Amino acid sequence: MPTRDSPMHSELLQGTLDMLVLHTLVLGAAHGHAIAHAIARQSDAVLQVEHGSLYPALHRLDDRGWITSFWGPSENNRKAKYYRLTPEGRKQVGAQAARGQQLVHAIGRILEPVTAQP
Amino acid sequence: MSWMRFMRRRHWDDERARELQSYVEIETSDNIARGMTPDAARHAAGRKLGNRTRIREDIYTMNTMGVLETWGRDVRYGVRVLRRNPTFAAVALLTLALGIGANTAAFAVLNSVLFEPLPYPNADELVAVWNRAPGTPGLADVSGGLRLSPSMYVTYAEGNRTFEHIGIWSPRAAAVTAVSEPEQMRSIAVSDGTLQALGVPPQLGRWFSAADQNPGGTPAVMLGHGYWQRRFGGDRNVLGRIITVEAVPHEIIGVMPRGFRVVDTDADILVPLRLERSRLLRTGFTYLGVARLKPGATIATANADLARMFSTWLNGWPGGSTQFYESMRLTPDIRPLKQDVVGGVGRILWVVMGTIGIVLLIACANVTNLLLVRAEGRQQEVALRAALGAGSWRLTRELLLESVLLALIGGLLGIAAAHAALRLLVSFGPVGLPRLEDIALDARALTFALLVSLGAGVLLGLAPALKYPRRRIAAALHGIGRTVGISRERHRTQNLLVVAQVALALVLLVGSGLMIRTFQALRAVEPGFTNPEQLQIMRIVIPTPTVAEPERVVRLQNDIVNSLAAIPGVVSVGYVNSMPMEGLPPSSDPITVEGRPVGPSDGPGPVRRLKYLSPGLLAASGTRLVAGRDLTWAEVYDVRPVVLVSENLAREVWGSPADALGKRIRVGGPQAPWREVIGVAQDVRDNGVDAPAPAIVYFSARFSRDGVTRATTFVVRSPQAGTADFLRQVQEAIWANNPTLPVGATQTMQDVYARSLARPTFTLLMLGLAGSVALALGVIGIYGLISYTVTQRRREIGIRLALGASQAEVRRRFVRHGVILTSVGVALGVITAMAVTRLMTSLLFEVSPLDPLTYVAVAVLLVMAAAVASYVPARRASAVQPVEALAAD
Repeated sequence: MPTRDSPMHSELLQGTLDMLVLHTLVLGAAHGHAIAHAIARQSDAVLQVEHGSLYPALHRLDDRGWITSFWGPSENNRKAKYYRLTPEGRKQVGAQAARGQQLVHAIGRILEPVTAQP
Repeated sequence: MSWMRFMRRRHWDDERARELQSYVEIETSDNIARGMTPDAARHAAGRKLGNRTRIREDIYTMNTMGVLETWGRDVRYGVRVLRRNPTFAAVALLTLALGIGANTAAFAVLNSVLFEPLPYPNADELVAVWNRAPGTPGLADVSGGLRLSPSMYVTYAEGNRTFEHIGIWSPRAAAVTAVSEPEQMRSIAVSDGTLQALGVPPQLGRWFSAADQNPGGTPAVMLGHGYWQRRFGGDRNVLGRIITVEAVPHEIIGVMPRGFRVVDTDADILVPLRLERSRLLRTGFTYLGVARLKPGATIATANADLARMFSTWLNGWPGGSTQFYESMRLTPDIRPLKQDVVGGVGRILWVVMGTIGIVLLIACANVTNLLLVRAEGRQQEVALRAALGAGSWRLTRELLLESVLLALIGGLLGIAAAHAALRLLVSFGPVGLPRLEDIALDARALTFALLVSLGAGVLLGLAPALKYPRRRIAAALHGIGRTVGISRERHRTQNLLVVAQVALALVLLVGSGLMIRTFQALRAVEPGFTNPEQLQIMRIVIPTPTVAEPERVVRLQNDIVNSLAAIPGVVSVGYVNSMPMEGLPPSSDPITVEGRPVGPSDGPGPVRRLKYLSPGLLAASGTRLVAGRDLTWAEVYDVRPVVLVSENLAREVWGSPADALGKRIRVGGPQAPWREVIGVAQDVRDNGVDAPAPAIVYFSARFSRDGVTRATTFVVRSPQAGTADFLRQVQEAIWANNPTLPVGATQTMQDVYARSLARPTFTLLMLGLAGSVALALGVIGIYGLISYTVTQRRREIGIRLALGASQAEVRRRFVRHGVILTSVGVALGVITAMAVTRLMTSLLFEVSPLDPLTYVAVAVLLVMAAAVASYVPARRASAVQPVEALAAD
C-alpha cells in the first residue's frame, strides 16, 4: 500500500533497477548522476531512483562483470565516474528486457480486472 | 564478491567516496543552473543523495566476509593488546612455548616409537616367535621368553599353516679381513624366510634363498647400506665380489637399502645361517624368531598351529631326554613384532608424557593467573566498552580470542622448541630408547601441537572470559579512578589456581623423588665387579679356519692374556664367553647334583646359566671368591672336570658356600661327566643391575676335549683403560700373536654398566626435569599471587601499620597466606600422588610407590619453598610507608 502515489518512491521490484540501469547504458557511457536522471526522465519522472539503491546496484552490476567503470570529465568539466556496458552486459540487456516485458505483462494481467470495473 | 575485492575493500571504499562526491558536485552545478544560490544548491544536492555513509557502508559490507572481518578485527585488537604489554606477553609466551614444546616433543617420541608402524611393508602382519617354558624359568632371557632352536625353526618352517614366511636370526660379531685391516663387524645371521618375512626388497642383488643355508660352496653375504657406502663407496659393481668373513671367503649377493634393520638390530653384513640338518639337536635356544602371518591368521591361531607341531618337533630330533623337554612345559609364545621392538619403553614414555602434560597444566595455571591480574586491570576498559554498546558475546569472544592467540603463538614457538629438542634427543641418543631413527615431528605431532595450543588457549581464556564481561557495568565504572578492594570471588579463583599448581607440582616431585630413590638403590647394588671404569673389555673371536684344534685355540688365548698382562700398568687379565650385562645370548643347561635326585623321575634338575672363563677372569673383574679357589691354567690344558658356582647356587643346593666345595655336579644329560666344585664366586648381576643375580655354573673356557669357547670377551684391568694410547697397546699386543684377529666391541665395563642403567637414567632425567620445572612454576605462582595481593592491599596494609600493627605481624600475615595455600595443595597432592604413582611401579627398583621418605621430603621442600616465595613479597608489604600508601589514592 503506497503511502505516496506519485512519483514512486517505494522500492523498485527486485532486479528492476538493474534492468533499468543496463537499458540506460545501452545508449552509451554515463555517470551515476546522469543514469539517475535518465531513468527519471525516460519514465516521465514516475520512477525516482533512490541513490541509496543506485550505487549498490552499480556496484553489483560491476561485480557481475556486466558493466565497467572509468573516470572521465563530466559535462561541466568535473571528474566523474562513468559506467559502460561490457559485451557480457550487452547480452544481458536483451535477456533482461524480455524478462521485464514478461513482468510488465504479468502485472498488467493481475491489475486488469480492478481497473476494468472501477 | 571476490577475494580481490575483499583484500582491496578499503581502496574500493575510497573510490566510492570520490564518486559520491562527484555526484554532489554535478547535482550542485545543476541546481545552480536552475537558479539556486551555491549554498542552497549544495544542501539540496546532499539531501537528494541521502546518507552517504550509509551507502558506503552498504557497499562495504557487500565486499566483506562477515565472520572473517570481525575475527580479523579481533585478532588485530588482540595483537595490539599483547604488544602493549611486552613483559606480560614475553613471560606468558615463554611459559606456553616451553609447555607446549615439551608436550609436542614428548608426543612426537610417543607417536614415532609406539604408534607408527615398524618400517616394513604391512608391518602389522609381523610377529616375533618365542617359546614359553614355565617348567624351567632359568632359561628365559632378559626379555622374558625362551628363544627358538634351529631344529624348531626347521619343524615350524616345514609344517606351519599360518605363516607366510618364518625365519630365525641372531646378531653376532664377525670378522672381515679381506678388505683392509681386520675389523669386527656387526653381523646378523639370518635363516631363509627372515628377509622374506620382513619383506624389504634389497637395493641391489637378491635376498638369501633356501639354497644359501646349505653348507658347502662359497657362502653368500649381503651388505648393509652403511657398510656398503663406507667400505665400497657405494660401488654398484660389488655383486659377485668376494670378502672374507671369519676367515671364510663369502660372495656378495646383495645390498640392503638405507635404514634397513632386522627387527631392532642394525648390521654391517648379513650372513646366511648355515644349517646342517643331520647334525641339528633339539637344543640351542639362541635364535630369535620372526614371521609374517598369512592373511586371516591371528596370533591365537598361529600359537595353536605351532602347539600342534610340538610333538613333531620333539620326536623329530635327537638330543636330551624327552622327559626333560616335557618337564619344561614348552608352549609357543607369539607376540606382535612391534611389542618386541618397543619393549618396556612404552610405560616409560607414557609416564613421561603424563608428567609433561602436568607441567603444561601448571604452566597454564600460571598464565591464567597473569591473565586474571591483567583482566582486573582492564576491567574498567571492558566496562566502558560494554557501556558504549559492545555486546557481551563480543567481549567474551575478544578475551577468548586473545588467549587463544597467545596460546597459538606460544604453540608455534613450542613447535620450534620441540624440533630443537628432538634433534638434541636423537643426537644425544639415549641408550635403551628404541626406534630412535624413526623419531620425527610429523603431521600427527603438528596436529597434536595445534590442538594442545587451542585447548590451552580456551582453558586460559575461560576464567577471565567468563568472569569479566558479566560484571555489572555500573559497579566497575564506579570504580574508575579509585583502587577498589579486590572481590572475594577473584581471590578464590587465584587461590584455587595456586592450590592446584602446588598439588600438581607435588605429584611430579614425588615422581622424580621416587626415581631418585630408585637410582640410589640401583647404585647401591653390588654388580659383581668392581671399579668398572678400570676394566677395558673387547671381543675376540678365533674362527675355526684360522685355528682349528681346541688345544691351540686355548694356547693362543693364553698367549694373548700374557701379552696383555705385559702392557705397563695392567693389573690383571682374563677372558670369558660374556661379561655381565653385555647383552649376549646366555648359555644354559640343566644340572644334576650328585646323590641328590631332583624332580619326580630322577631326570635332570633345573636349568642354570653357564659361563666359560679363563683363570684370572674373576680376579680381573673384581668378582670375589667366597670359598675355594680359582681355576688354574694346568686344569684348563688338562681339561679337568672342575667348575666354580655362584654363591646363590651354592646356598640353594648345599646350604653354604663352604659345603659346596668338593661336591660334584653334572651339566647336561646322563652321559656327561661329573664335575667337582672347586670354588664359589660372589653373585653377579648378569642380566642387568635391576634384575636378580642368576645362579651360574662357571666352566673352564675349554670345557671338553673337543669343546672350546672361540668367541670371548677379554677383560684387562688397568688405570689407563679407555685411553686411545692404551687401546693401541692392546691392539698391538693381540696382533703380535696373530695379525688376522679382529678386535671388536671395545669399551670399558663402565660403558656396559651405564647402559644397563640407561632406562632408569633416562626416566630420572625426564622426571627430574619436569619436577624442577613444576617446582619453579609453582614457586613463581605463589610468589606472583602474594606479590599481587600485597600490591592490591597496600592501603589496607598502610592502615594496619598506621594503627600500630608491627612489621613482623604484617609479614606473618602474608607468609601464612602462602603457606596455608601450599599446605592445602600439598594435602591434595599427596592424595593424588598416592593414586597416580602406582602407575610407575614397574619403573621403580626396591622402592615402594608410597615411599614415606619421598613424600615427607617433597612436602617439606614445597612448604619451605612456598614460605620463601611468600616471604620476599611479604617483606615488601611490611616496608610500606603508611603515609604514602594512604596518600596514593
